[in-house]
Amino acid sequence: MGKEFALACPLPVTGRKTIVLGHGSGGRLTAQLVRDLFLPAFDNEFLRKLDDQAVLKLGGARIAFTTDSFVVTPLFFPGGDIGKLAVHGTVNDLAMSGARPLYLSAAFIMEEGLPLDELARITASMAEAAKAAGVAIVTGDTKVVNKGSADKLFITTTGIGLVPDGVAISASNARPGDQVILSGTIGDHGMAVFSRRENLELESTIESDTAPLHALVQAMLAAGEIHALRDPTRGGLATSLCEIAGSAGIGVEIHARRIPVRQPVRAACEILGMDPLFVANEGKLVAFVAPAAADAVLAAMRATTEGRDAAIVGEAVGAHPGMVLLKTEIGGSRILDLPFNEQLPRIC
Amino acid sequence: MCLAIPGKIVALLDSQSSRTGLKMATVDFGGVRREVCLEYLPEAGMGDYVLVHVGFAITRVDEEEAARTYRTLRELDQLAELEAGALPEEPHEVP
Amino acid sequence: MKYLDEYRDERVSTALLDEIRRTVTRPWTLMEVCGGQTHSIVRYGLDQLLPAEVELVHGPGCPVCVTPLEMIDRAHAIARRAGVIFCSFGDMLRVPGSQGDLFQIKAEGGDVRIVYSPLDCLKLARAHPERPVVFFAVGFETTAPANAMAVWQARAQGLANFSLLVSHVLVPPAIAAILESPSNRVQAFLGPGHVCAVMGWSEYEPLAERYRVPMVITGFEPVDLLEGILMAARQLEQGRATVENQYARAVTREGNVEARKTIGRVFEVCDRAWRGIGVIPRSGYRLRPEFAEYDAERIFDVRSVHAAEPAVCISGQVLQGHKKPHDCPAFGTQCTPQTPLGATMVSAEGACAAYYNCGRHMAPASR
Repeated sequence: MGKEFALACPLPVTGRKTIVLGHGSGGRLTAQLVRDLFLPAFDNEFLRKLDDQAVLKLGGARIAFTTDSFVVTPLFFPGGDIGKLAVHGTVNDLAMSGARPLYLSAAFIMEEGLPLDELARITASMAEAAKAAGVAIVTGDTKVVNKGSADKLFITTTGIGLVPDGVAISASNARPGDQVILSGTIGDHGMAVFSRRENLELESTIESDTAPLHALVQAMLAAGEIHALRDPTRGGLATSLCEIAGSAGIGVEIHARRIPVRQPVRAACEILGMDPLFVANEGKLVAFVAPAAADAVLAAMRATTEGRDAAIVGEAVGAHPGMVLLKTEIGGSRILDLPFNEQLPRIC
Repeated sequence: MCLAIPGKIVALLDSQSSRTGLKMATVDFGGVRREVCLEYLPEAGMGDYVLVHVGFAITRVDEEEAARTYRTLRELDQLAELEAGALPEEPHEVP
Repeated sequence: MKYLDEYRDERVSTALLDEIRRTVTRPWTLMEVCGGQTHSIVRYGLDQLLPAEVELVHGPGCPVCVTPLEMIDRAHAIARRAGVIFCSFGDMLRVPGSQGDLFQIKAEGGDVRIVYSPLDCLKLARAHPERPVVFFAVGFETTAPANAMAVWQARAQGLANFSLLVSHVLVPPAIAAILESPSNRVQAFLGPGHVCAVMGWSEYEPLAERYRVPMVITGFEPVDLLEGILMAARQLEQGRATVENQYARAVTREGNVEARKTIGRVFEVCDRAWRGIGVIPRSGYRLRPEFAEYDAERIFDVRSVHAAEPAVCISGQVLQGHKKPHDCPAFGTQCTPQTPLGATMVSAEGACAAYYNCGRHMAPASR
């Protein structure tokens, strides 16, 4: 024995010629698609900012404008359903610019065979969510496609809101010294949906955190100077921090121990080998706040329902621009990077 | 590799009544529960901690052994306490 | 979470790091065998906290990384067959074969399902008696008891539509092969904690003795890894070479006797090819002849599927600890989790992916 082992490498690199699921995961593939295909094609000053919404000047007012599609499976999950998600998701995208959400549109693409009573439940849920959020669904569309051409139901919502004078919130406004404040626990929505998927059979009290955040944002704006806001949906908190760091050209340092995670969410992640930092949220935001205002903003957040578990989790720095560093539980450090794909459970 | 997580047995199901036809248990992992196959730990009982890998309990956690070795580690830590600064923060866990 | 959180304690970790610092007087190279241990090291930034004298190299303990291309292609060939329900752990979904991965096959209409446990496949087989249900049984010894039980139960329940595509690998022969290599630099091993929970550690005693190399059976949490490193460092400094058990709360010398019995009833040892390494004699499991009816390779007649492993990436050298991911010129440029060249990049806990996902490609090596 004692032979040298021959190097063996598997495969040549294959360029992607088709869209894969990873392109929708909110991570690096999605970013590349936007940057390499959509942005050059549609190019304009608003799109270039790549925020979750566009803030447009119309007459004397600043209008926030956003759109989002909802394709979640299953349609009903602990804590919510696709309809509720659609309303909150768009309300929140508007709220992340500091806007007061006003009007939504709702387009339904329904798969042949979708039970009417399910559609009725979802519609009722949307109506309730819209009413509670103080928005009106003022226009919409319905389409039906052949069985197999859509996964039961897709909903696309578009929203407009009014941005008050003097409010200028954008990822690119984050600057060194800013305190990074997270509005509450992470990983709830993603794990609620995951734990309901077949074959995983986890029994838990985990529920989606889907919630409208505009009231929380208003309370924060009244308390102090906010530079950037993001709601960490697909790709999780890590993705949002990477996006802000990249957009603003700043470094970010956060502390693992300060990040609030509900115990069952943590447990589910441990069992499936997943990282809560990359799991989707639907009722949370992360804020980059002027240092002098941080304590006041935190207090204001904790006085609200949606922000009751808010915590300062780190800060923006001038060092390592574009890079997000996590200080680990044992005092080491690790870099958080944009994920390529949707996280999958692992056994290894 | 070999992701195996410790959990506590909170219910036992004999092979007659379980859906798999095997001896199963409900194991609680910090608030999340799953049915786990207990065929490889015939002597495991209620309240025992087991390590679960791909839905199977592969070993019991030896609680005495864990306590003993953890005491030794704590002693190491207490020696280091002389140089210790601020206490590290507890992880921010929300029940 | 009990028996998890205590082993992530910062103060105990710091105390162990200090003790390691006090113990080492010269450079030592240690290998952690399990990919899960690598993942933990990178996730907690552990290796950067160690004194410069202690170098950790990453071993071939990732079944996703070491499953040969040929076996991946066979899996894909089966998954593409009409009517087959192909079940796999999540880890294998993105491993590229000669043409695409299981995700792509799913997109093309294949019925590919992620399962958490092999028992879930039996459930599927019972629910769809008219369709073949195939389970991709990769893993080390840790997963063998579960896979064995699935086959055993399939027989007990008279399931005619369930089969396994077996690609089990064994740790001790891989360690021997690494130690036999003329360019080996590994001086001590952190042994695979959960493999040994099943198999015990008696197989490692002849290795420690023959090659005069300390073997410390180690767990997966930061405190476990640091304690294991400390125990190995002490042996090295004292010129000892024995098997020690850091993971005493989970591992005994005999392991799980029931599990080993069932493994022996269903599987037998065979030669196995390891990606990046080649064939290691008697380093795998295959189904015993009496269970041939559950052997997917035979049922779907894919043994004629062959694949040559092309040569660009240094996965093989990384898997054997000869190189680190950032030694590879392709790391982070041509070879990324999106466009993996080697299996070590594909697996969530292959050394390269672990490094990449924890951002090592951006930071210059700190030591």
